[in-house]
Amino acid sequence: MKSVTAQDLVKTYGTKKDVVTALNNVSFEVEQGELFGIIGPDGAGKTSLFRILTTLLLADSGRATVDNLDVVKDLKAIRKRVGYMPGRFSLYQDLTVAENLEFFATIFETSIQENYDLIKDIYQQIEPFKDRRAGKLSGGMKQKLALSCALIHRPGVLFLDEPTTGVDAVSRKEFWDMLKTLKRQGITILVSTPYMDEASLCDRVALIQTGNILSIDSPAGIVDNFKPTLLAVRANQMYPLLLDLQRYEGARDAYAFGEYHHLVLKSGFNEAGVRSYLDRSAHEGVEIKPSRPVIEDCFIALMKQPTGAAADNHQPSA
Amino acid sequence: MKILWFLLEKEFRQIFRDPGILRVIFIMPVMQLILLPNAADYEIKNIHITVVDNDHSSYSRQLISKITASGYFKLEHYSTNYPGALEDVEKDRADLVLEIPPKFEKQLVKEDESTVFMSVNAINGVKANIGGAYLQSIVEDFNREVRLKWVQFPRFNPQPVIQVTSANWFNPLMSYKQFMVPGILVILVTMVGSFLATLNIVKEKELGTIEQINVTPIRKYHFILGKLIPFWVLGLLIFTIGLLIARVVYGIVPAGHLFVIYVFAAVYLLAILGLGLLISTFTATQQQAMLISFFLMMVFILLSGLYTSIDSMPAWAKMITRFNPVTYFIEVMRMVVLKGSGLRDISGQIFTVLLFAVFLNGWAVLSYRKRA
Repeated sequence: MKSVTAQDLVKTYGTKKDVVTALNNVSFEVEQGELFGIIGPDGAGKTSLFRILTTLLLADSGRATVDNLDVVKDLKAIRKRVGYMPGRFSLYQDLTVAENLEFFATIFETSIQENYDLIKDIYQQIEPFKDRRAGKLSGGMKQKLALSCALIHRPGVLFLDEPTTGVDAVSRKEFWDMLKTLKRQGITILVSTPYMDEASLCDRVALIQTGNILSIDSPAGIVDNFKPTLLAVRANQMYPLLLDLQRYEGARDAYAFGEYHHLVLKSGFNEAGVRSYLDRSAHEGVEIKPSRPVIEDCFIALMKQPTGAAADNHQPSA
Repeated sequence: MKILWFLLEKEFRQIFRDPGILRVIFIMPVMQLILLPNAADYEIKNIHITVVDNDHSSYSRQLISKITASGYFKLEHYSTNYPGALEDVEKDRADLVLEIPPKFEKQLVKEDESTVFMSVNAINGVKANIGGAYLQSIVEDFNREVRLKWVQFPRFNPQPVIQVTSANWFNPLMSYKQFMVPGILVILVTMVGSFLATLNIVKEKELGTIEQINVTPIRKYHFILGKLIPFWVLGLLIFTIGLLIARVVYGIVPAGHLFVIYVFAAVYLLAILGLGLLISTFTATQQQAMLISFFLMMVFILLSGLYTSIDSMPAWAKMITRFNPVTYFIEVMRMVVLKGSGLRDISGQIFTVLLFAVFLNGWAVLSYRKRA
């Protein structure tokens, strides 16, 4: 069963002269109980997409359903069934932890006791601070409270808009563990994030860039689709090396990637060719090794393709 | 019902948790109501006068002491020549210059006639006007005394004379405070009612909490009632405190029934809260809301008949005052507090303000959207 569908969603902002396209014919489907990641840089259109799906924003054209309910016509029914955690902490800072949770339980016409089992694992971590005002919590605790509040009415679909932005590495890992637990309860989870490394934690991901979906696949599938040879190259002087790599005739792309540079080769070129090319320049301590592509490499490759080609080549495989 | 109740509980909790808001709600109005009516007074006192006495006679001295004894004037300088006195005016030390010509007394006695010269510093129009009029009446009074001394009046006036005696109804002592305190109270209630409600909603927008609320199945009217009711209650509370202060500090006991005042205040607060709600739907930040409220408040105060009489405004301004809810409340307050008007007397005002309430709230509810 499809839990969320989007069909040719278009959303533009601004007036005639200065139009910004936030979403450009976005279509995708999310299965029931799936952990679906929407991965893209800032300004890619992730928040607009989430706001349309949670009935807070009207799309210019296109259709979308959540739990088989239309986001325009059945918005009241949808609001009862979705949990939404905006990117910014949006709970009442001057109410305590317990009061916030009780407040959201009440306006969803339920009680904390009724769905306590669902939030127990998360809420127990902040329960010692339940009489503290939400504004005085640390970032990680705020996020746990926000997740508890979004879950208190046992939603069928959970929308998390950049939940891990601005959260430390340990809390991020904890948070993804929590999502996995929730997934086991059968809740469909849509999560957006600008961090490519989090993509591998999702069942399927959609890579999105300036309102266009570049690819929808499982994280492994996306990586498998990366066909060209990828090399990791380093030298003592990294910046001149990068400039030389970008000038290389066999380079489809070269970019900095951690302590190495990643070099994507055109077909017909190989590692030996690169080595001999670099030997001709005065680089010291050159090290070249084949590298397994990660999501970020795929994203960069997809980003540089003409958008039409991206849509054609990467139809949803699921 | 349960949801609404919970919303109210939450709202009151938030209000009472914010010491800044509490101060604004309770301490500021009390301070203002105690200080403002005592300071902002129509009566012009302390008019600085410089006298140029070229005569130095007993009459000129009598005139001068009569002026200073009136209590309105302060003898700033006793100058010997007019240019010196004018310098006082130029340096803003004197509001009025009175020049008594040489041979003032002699002319008065011999020729039954003399002149004095008065020049007025008209930079502060109100002070100049009233000061000039006061001085003139003092001089006239002095003139009468002199005539009484020198001229034997016939038993009947040779010309017919109409003598005017007057009685001040509803405010027999023409007490300025009886007139101002109810008006200032109205302004305070208006400010608290509209500002606080506006800022409260816009704050939810700014903090993003409204986003989280909007995605819930909460009903629009629940949310709006949850915002209106707390400030309606607070408005009435402040109004009550204000009436108590008026009674304790100024001894103002409404001539009419308190019930009448409260009926009107209840309806009035609905209208004002509707206005606040409307502003909040059209603004995105507290700053914008503040500026708009501030601008409206200026118009409300100056065109409400609080300080200046509406009857003396030009026709177009009178039209504007008809669209100003504050006007009606000030009218009603003065009618009920001073004159003792009953519900029937103010039914017109109640009806008009009710229309305001329906219109403003209706507009606000229609333009409040849970989605963009």
